[in-house]
Amino acid sequence: MKKQQYDAVIVGAGHNGLVAACYLQRAGLKVLVLEKNPHIGGATTSISRYENFTYSNCSYVYSLFRQEIARELELYKFGLQVIPYEGGAQIIKNADGSYDSMGTYWHGDANRREVERFNKRDATAMERLDRDIVRQCKFIKPLLMRTPPDPTSFKPRDLMELLYLGQRFYGIGKQRMHETLRFYTMSVADYLNEYLENDALKSYLAGGATVGTALGVYSPGTAYVLLHHAMGDIDGTVGAWGFPRGGMGSVSKALNDSFIASGGTVRVDAGVSDFIVEKGKVKGVKLESGESLSANLVVSGMDVRRTFNAIDPNELPKWVIERAKHFRFRGSSGKINIALDSLPSFKGIPANSPCMTGDIHISQSMDELELAYDDWKAGKWSQKPYLDILIPSLIDPTMVPEGKHWMSVFVQYCPYKLAEGEWNETRKQAFGQHIVDRIARYSPDFKDKILHMEIRTPKDIENETGMSEGNIFQGELTMDQLIFNRPIPGYAQYRSPIAGLYMCGSSNHPGGGVMGAPGANAAREVLLDLGKGK
Amino acid sequence: MTNVNNQRPLYERPILETAFYPSYKHLIQNDQYEEWGGYTTLASFASEGQEYFSVRNACGVYDICPMLKYRISGSDAERFLNRLMTRNIKKMLPDRVVYCVWCDDNGHLIEDGTLFKFSETEFRLCCAEHQIEWLLDSAIGYDVDIEDVSTDIAALAAQGPVSCSVLKKMGFSGVDNLKPFQLAVFSQLGFDVMISRTGFTGDLGYELWVNSSDAAALWEALFEAGKSRGIRMIGSTALDMLRIEAGLIMVDVEFMSCFHTVRHLREKNPFELGLHWLVDFNKGPFIGRQALLKAKQNKPQRQLVGLDIDWNKQADSALIYDSKDCSRQIGEITSALWSPVLKQNIALAFLDAPFYEGNKSMWAEVYLHRECLWERKVFECRVTPKPFYSPERKSLTPPEDL
Repeated sequence: MKKQQYDAVIVGAGHNGLVAACYLQRAGLKVLVLEKNPHIGGATTSISRYENFTYSNCSYVYSLFRQEIARELELYKFGLQVIPYEGGAQIIKNADGSYDSMGTYWHGDANRREVERFNKRDATAMERLDRDIVRQCKFIKPLLMRTPPDPTSFKPRDLMELLYLGQRFYGIGKQRMHETLRFYTMSVADYLNEYLENDALKSYLAGGATVGTALGVYSPGTAYVLLHHAMGDIDGTVGAWGFPRGGMGSVSKALNDSFIASGGTVRVDAGVSDFIVEKGKVKGVKLESGESLSANLVVSGMDVRRTFNAIDPNELPKWVIERAKHFRFRGSSGKINIALDSLPSFKGIPANSPCMTGDIHISQSMDELELAYDDWKAGKWSQKPYLDILIPSLIDPTMVPEGKHWMSVFVQYCPYKLAEGEWNETRKQAFGQHIVDRIARYSPDFKDKILHMEIRTPKDIENETGMSEGNIFQGELTMDQLIFNRPIPGYAQYRSPIAGLYMCGSSNHPGGGVMGAPGANAAREVLLDLGKGK
Repeated sequence: MTNVNNQRPLYERPILETAFYPSYKHLIQNDQYEEWGGYTTLASFASEGQEYFSVRNACGVYDICPMLKYRISGSDAERFLNRLMTRNIKKMLPDRVVYCVWCDDNGHLIEDGTLFKFSETEFRLCCAEHQIEWLLDSAIGYDVDIEDVSTDIAALAAQGPVSCSVLKKMGFSGVDNLKPFQLAVFSQLGFDVMISRTGFTGDLGYELWVNSSDAAALWEALFEAGKSRGIRMIGSTALDMLRIEAGLIMVDVEFMSCFHTVRHLREKNPFELGLHWLVDFNKGPFIGRQALLKAKQNKPQRQLVGLDIDWNKQADSALIYDSKDCSRQIGEITSALWSPVLKQNIALAFLDAPFYEGNKSMWAEVYLHRECLWERKVFECRVTPKPFYSPERKSLTPPEDL
């Protein structure tokens, strides 16, 4: 085995791995990042798959990334530019077969008047819903960049942290405590039903709460996922989403450049097959090529299952192996990136409406969304899936040749395991074709404009990014897998049973989304253990 | 006249024009547009000083179309409203208007507004923020119809010492018999004009309510009658000056509706705003009663008061301290004005207990921007009764014939 050249080895150049790497390198450590793919970024990539088109291949919008991380790591100096998008539309099929759309607008009164066209009461109720969701976000936001306390521990730090949590909770007042406790256990459908009447409006909001989660809109616990859509911000506008100029790959590129500029090293085509562990201590990593690298400090950006699968079971407690095995991934999302010859039109959306620059949705009702989930349970892709359709080139023209466009289509649900058999090229194409047909029902000129498609099933996502079962969050975001339960009770502080082996992926608190918080939190814990902590 | 911009699709033109906008468009001199409730309104038409004085001196007209108007009718209308409002609505006589507030179950203020009673079964609520969801949800179990008639009804406020004379000149004979907070319907113009002796200026004044289709005709008749009496359109800057002098509170300035507060404890109850007189615990159940009963047991920790500040510089957004060295903050100013009619530096301010009572001395920390340099000043101030300005003509019936 090679003599130790690096103080720390980070496994995986996803955004969290890079965030952790940046912090450790800036703290004075000599850091090496190992990436199995020929490119960095993990699920935060912009790789051209067709001529001069750039896609955001996996993750496709930016909001949750912690501002403090971006500032501390100088990502804006390294080229990251985020442009908020405004608008969005829910296509509505009228009873008489004609089409309309309910747009969302930057202007509060315009937005209200638009909803009023469909339901006067809901137009005002939306304001109360927004208020209550922002209240929940305000409660949880400060926790994102903190290490969760272990509720069974009597260590001063855990007790202090529990006290902090408790004080925050009691600080919100009786009524909001009741509301919060209900919120965390409710289904998104039940939650929205308490506010809204219009089914299309509810489905527009509810669909987002099932993203990356193999649960339906009526499944308890899904209301919480609403927060993952609302707790981010762009330039202080809470709940706003944006496009990084050049695609999501610009985030990992800025992280990479920041890391390199501070003296770090990245090796691509260097997948890790094993963590080398001796007597409970990490000693290095073994690459797929057979090469071994020595290191007393290793940070795994891989999800919890893959991390523990790469350790000799002799070195791990049995229950930890089992917990890692049973951590719920359950791939349920697909992604299709489409190069378009020109801008398609949508039924019910006026051609020059700014609503086109935002997210377009075609699901008509909560029941339709629940049925979409039923298909997943049966091992099929949804006949009428929840689709989050965006045309980022309307805002960022640099991603496509002039006059052309690209469309990002997020699909919920698409199973990791098909009932009819393993995923293969034929089934993958059939899945892609099904989605194209679905969109074409609402966009008659869409099919003729398709130049290229990148179809990604959960299997593809797993194969490329390594995320188990292709779960986009490195594990579902439900209460049993959050905070001190994420990823494993007792190991929710970015440490593992192996001394010197840490975890920084989204399997850890606070979970998935391009947030960077797990990476930053893990780096903080590493530095604390090294006596360099703040 | 038509509102051309209102015909454009929402995504091209999110802001609407009021029913009167085409009538007074030609009077807009300095393009001080201001959006209010999704409508194009004016901060001032020409000169805010002149507009202010038109109300204290002659007749100023303010477009109140963006206000929300809800028709509340049905056999349970009164019972429903009595449970909604903190005031005793059963005491209201027909053809009367009351100022009222309503709260949520926590006793937190939702909004303030005016309630018009036409009969036991027919009311109209007028306020600044959208309430339809709250009204409908509160009406569960009541035989009551609630309808948002905001765009069906257009309204102007005509305020000032000669306002009554102008209305009489328009042919509304008997309008001078209207007592404060009384209303009547007049049809001399060939269409119904509901006139209420109400306003937001603390002066003699009336509000005129018509079907939106009659808006242009009403405006023409009003300005024709008033043109020799100094009538003017006024913008929101002048109105704000007037309402501060009258000691009237404004939503999103003195309080934020609990519909919008995100931070815990930012909500206000009526007592904190000094609106004790609007809460009637003897009338039977109403929304927020229990919470307010509890709140009433203790003095409010903070309360809104009027302040009189030394010197002549308007103390906008100033923080209030208990000593001149500004070491302990005891409150803050929500609205401030150099009052042109009183020649006094006044403000509405929230003060901590016990400073809102008695005549304790306190200091306002004011930042003045003078020729591109910020200067910090500390002025002594003291609690003073509201309203700051309350002319006799405000309540005189019939008003002086000017």
